[in-house]
Amino acid sequence: MIEAEPHVLEVRGLKKTYGSITAVDDVSFAVRRGEIVGLLGPNGAGKTTIINMILGVLEPTDGSIHIEQLTLRQNRTQVLTRTNFAAVYAQMPGNLTVRQNLHIFGLIYGVKNLKRRIDEVLREFELERFANTRCGVLSSGEQTHAGLAKALINMPRLLLFDEPTASLDPSSARIIRSKIKAHGQRERIGILWTSHNMHEVTEVCDRVLFLSRGKLLLTGNPKTLPEEHGKGDLEELFIAIAREPLSLKQRRLR
Amino acid sequence: MNPKRAYAIFLRQVFLLRGSPTRLFQIFVWILLDIVLWGFITQYLNNVAAATFSFVPVFLGAVVLQNFLTRVQQGIAVAFFEDVWSRNFLNVFASPIRVSEYLTGLVSTSIVTSAIALVAMMLLASIVFGLSLISLGAILIPFLLVLFLFGVALGIFATAVVLRFGPASEWFVWPIPMILAPFVGIFYPIATLPSWMQAISYALPPSYVFEGLRAVILDDRFSADLLALGVALALLYVALAYGLFQLVYRTVIRRGLIARYSAETLS
Repeated sequence: MIEAEPHVLEVRGLKKTYGSITAVDDVSFAVRRGEIVGLLGPNGAGKTTIINMILGVLEPTDGSIHIEQLTLRQNRTQVLTRTNFAAVYAQMPGNLTVRQNLHIFGLIYGVKNLKRRIDEVLREFELERFANTRCGVLSSGEQTHAGLAKALINMPRLLLFDEPTASLDPSSARIIRSKIKAHGQRERIGILWTSHNMHEVTEVCDRVLFLSRGKLLLTGNPKTLPEEHGKGDLEELFIAIAREPLSLKQRRLR
Repeated sequence: MNPKRAYAIFLRQVFLLRGSPTRLFQIFVWILLDIVLWGFITQYLNNVAAATFSFVPVFLGAVVLQNFLTRVQQGIAVAFFEDVWSRNFLNVFASPIRVSEYLTGLVSTSIVTSAIALVAMMLLASIVFGLSLISLGAILIPFLLVLFLFGVALGIFATAVVLRFGPASEWFVWPIPMILAPFVGIFYPIATLPSWMQAISYALPPSYVFEGLRAVILDDRFSADLLALGVALALLYVALAYGLFQLVYRTVIRRGLIARYSAETLS
């Protein structure tokens, strides 16, 4: 039972403002070990801002982030050793080979038995034949595989995915989803996953968080949440939130 | 400080240098052209000036040392730019690496590239123009140390500026040694300068190197006190540059500039 698992990530009262603009407003949530949580919302809702704050590359204006009970602000190096991420906009440098990149990031993340671990992730993401190929000449799908191999090189406790399958064809995306899901369950990794593919979210996520204009509007099981709000599926619910976030908020309050 | 993480930054540069002859080429090409140019100028001056001293150690030696300073600074800057050019900032700074480890990796890279450049310059200057800096003996080491430390300070300062203002500020890095050159007395004694320029000269560690080496070569006089002052000043600049980089890093984290680095926002 996931409910019995400890929190791997806990976000409390997170806020980020840029001058008079509030990008994230008092957001609190948690991710348990072995749980996949979808962070959903229209463009500009604050998803990537939240991910950047969890990764320590953006300082919150207010609130706190705890990874395995350690505060990110006070224990940055320690908690980021147990965290990793893959994002469609953060590919590995194209001028090094897949193996060289994995070697560099393995050293940075303090991976033990690095050579063996590199071979494991190369095998897991079917990258063995590209091990000595520069990342820049891989197809976008292969680059996604390489990025995922990097994300798992340190066997993280917390994984952040920002649209990890955005550049994949439906078949490759399905394979990647099942690999990540299986890996997450096997290693009891907490995963925070953003995507605009509602079919993917329904298939993969145990729970979803809906953001709109920096605020957390809804949370629940992606398979039952649409019906609870009178919508046919998650995509319909997403569109309703994107277009009329206030109506859903009022409905929720009633 | 985790040496493995600093080593990772260094190793990345080794992989890049090993995999691309053009990167190796840029270490040598400009400095060797400079040595050839100044080598022939000094030979010509020896023939026409009828001076009581040889221009080769005074001018060509100074060019070797000035280029060494430049290579140290640019060794750090180029290693940093590799992360800018390959849009690798998010991967690097969202990892457990500390600023001190990242900078140590960049400085380690610069030690190797500047040492390669120095050996190449000394070999060419010795074989073609008969300049033997090694004949100065162990006294050369502290002079090189001052230039190395100041080059590190300039390199860290330049990377801090680019980190703050974005990729478009890259141009700022290249002319820094040339901007300082008139003040540090590479080819002439500091006393030649007007008093306001002399005041700036005495605040710059390379001035003590070039003045000191001229005194050794021309007057056979060595001032340990002035050299110690040069070392102390250079260490101070390293500390100031490191502090500036830390300050800039905290600013870019607060303003979210790493996550949207290519946007070059100044907000």
